[in-house]
Amino acid sequence: MKQAVLTGEHFLTGDVACAEGALAAGCLFFGGYPITPATEIAERMSERLPEIGGTFIQMEDEIAAMASILGASWAGKKTMTATSGPGFSLMMENIGLGIVTETPCVVVNVQRAGPSTGLPTQGAQADMMQARWGSHGHYEIIALAPASPQEIFYQTIEAFNLSEKYRIPVLIMSDEIVGHMSERVSIPAEKDIVTVSRTAPKGRKDRFKPFQPGPNGVAPMPAAGQGYNVHITGLTHDEKGYPVMTVEAQEEMMARITGKIRRNLDDIIRTESYRLEDAEIAVISYGVSSRTSLAAVDEARNLGIKAGLLRLITVWPFPEEQIRQLARRVKKMITVEINLGQICLEVQRCAGGRIPVTLVGHAGGTIISPERVVAELKEAVSS
Amino acid sequence: MIETASRIKQPEHPLDDLLRTDRIPHIWCPGCGIGTVFSSCLIAMKNSGLNLQKMAMVSGIGCSGRAAGYVAMDSFHTTHGRAIPFATGLKLGNPELNVVVFSGDGDLFAIGGNHFIHAARRNMDLTVICVNNLNYGMTGGQMAATTPHLAKTTTTPMGNPEAPFNLPLLAYAAGATYISRWTILHTRDLTRSIDTALKRKGFSFIEVLSPCPVNYGRRNKEKAFDSLKLYQDKGIIKNGANPSEIEMDFEKGITLGDFLDVDRPTCIEQYDKTCRLI
Repeated sequence: MKQAVLTGEHFLTGDVACAEGALAAGCLFFGGYPITPATEIAERMSERLPEIGGTFIQMEDEIAAMASILGASWAGKKTMTATSGPGFSLMMENIGLGIVTETPCVVVNVQRAGPSTGLPTQGAQADMMQARWGSHGHYEIIALAPASPQEIFYQTIEAFNLSEKYRIPVLIMSDEIVGHMSERVSIPAEKDIVTVSRTAPKGRKDRFKPFQPGPNGVAPMPAAGQGYNVHITGLTHDEKGYPVMTVEAQEEMMARITGKIRRNLDDIIRTESYRLEDAEIAVISYGVSSRTSLAAVDEARNLGIKAGLLRLITVWPFPEEQIRQLARRVKKMITVEINLGQICLEVQRCAGGRIPVTLVGHAGGTIISPERVVAELKEAVSS
Repeated sequence: MIETASRIKQPEHPLDDLLRTDRIPHIWCPGCGIGTVFSSCLIAMKNSGLNLQKMAMVSGIGCSGRAAGYVAMDSFHTTHGRAIPFATGLKLGNPELNVVVFSGDGDLFAIGGNHFIHAARRNMDLTVICVNNLNYGMTGGQMAATTPHLAKTTTTPMGNPEAPFNLPLLAYAAGATYISRWTILHTRDLTRSIDTALKRKGFSFIEVLSPCPVNYGRRNKEKAFDSLKLYQDKGIIKNGANPSEIEMDFEKGITLGDFLDVDRPTCIEQYDKTCRLI
């Protein structure tokens, strides 16, 4: 058996670093389907999983890949799949099943430009709203946005930890640029990596209810074969997991699956502030565009513009409070993202009309240059 | 009336220990055959001597898909058509589990057809029981991939212009290693086939012809007992029959039996042998 954690210094692509992060987190099952630019994650997992006692399977499509990771999660394993836009669309229904059956798993979307087949080999950040609302019905979701191979390594571990803690599919919204860039990745010693696993049930098996929330709003989770005789359904169900076709049961279930996230925002949401202390203009960005934004903020500072950056590490649930507070301190906000305005809408909502919020966006296919952001910053101070 | 009936103490059923009795009554209509298939399945499970704690049932969506909700073991009612890939993950995640997929023809062979052929190709260690009632019952009787040519359904009001699948042939072509077909009139044979499937390795497929009097029968001049009479009159048991010669023909005859039982390394065996270079 080889090691799950490849402690040491490496030069890795974002996709490979993501796979290594998954293994370091304890992932033992990957159900995948090839798609550019996420294929390298599946390739790495196909090589690495069997050597550490895990299982890789290439399913017949992304629908099956998503279904398989839910099944394997109920077998007690930490599970993951990775895809890009078209595959992400196909996974949506079973992501909903994962949400309503409170099944931990991690779904990576290495975003490329869409709609439809779009630009398969070129990056974008245009699936951000799909990540939030792509499956039908109302729900909460957790989505993280990595900006580098090193960060995706850690975020993948974090994604597993959040999914296990809150019994929810967690999305990693990477992109082709991060996925295909090679950078230094430091992998720490195994003992220095914090991993979280789902809470095992206690007490009498015949009285166990798989959806009865514990103190943090999340129910303990058994695995199939442990004698709990659980029933799991995509239908609206009670704490026992039994289908109940009433408005009351729907309200109770919805309160449970949304409440466990809404009540733990402080634990889930992570953002990073850069030169915001005395900033008059805040740049809001995430993923690869936050690197562009960082360079632009430094350049603007050199020009005497009081700019700062709020980098969203967690994009969903949206860091509403952080944006609201910032909107009271700065004069303007600029959202930088590789789409034509998605997260920008959320920033505008949270700014609540208090200050102007503009977009530096792009239709997709390449990064946004720092120059474009600097130009917008200059425009902001002059107007 | 209903209240009075519920106060009467029901006698214990011999399969009560395998049922979620707190979920009974079930949703199946009078004259429906799903309960009979379900009962055969539970009898086979109970008498198999296998550890029921290590058994799991996975269903998709539809009338037959509700079976997972009534069985007192780990049971998963998944999305439409996706029982097989969910079950594949469950089995790969814990190969000690004995995983049974119990679902309908619409779920397994139209929306879920792709998953069926790939699980058969891999010889995934699953027992797939398909209740074939020739239509989509849950949604009110629409045309399915198994609806006979010219049969009437709500979406083929002038008769079905399409041809149905010959399910055992499909399973055979895709690589299933155990294939049988019965009707709900042949419960002993069916129970025995399920028992065999539960105890053997690899991808086992059992098709069970079952009446849907409420949605299919009434549009095709076939009452519940007419369907059973049809099964009796037209059913021909021919074990080992060539799957390419057993297209369902309600005029000439419906070939039933155990058609195939062959050994081929399973998906997990092949993976361990090929990919785990320990």
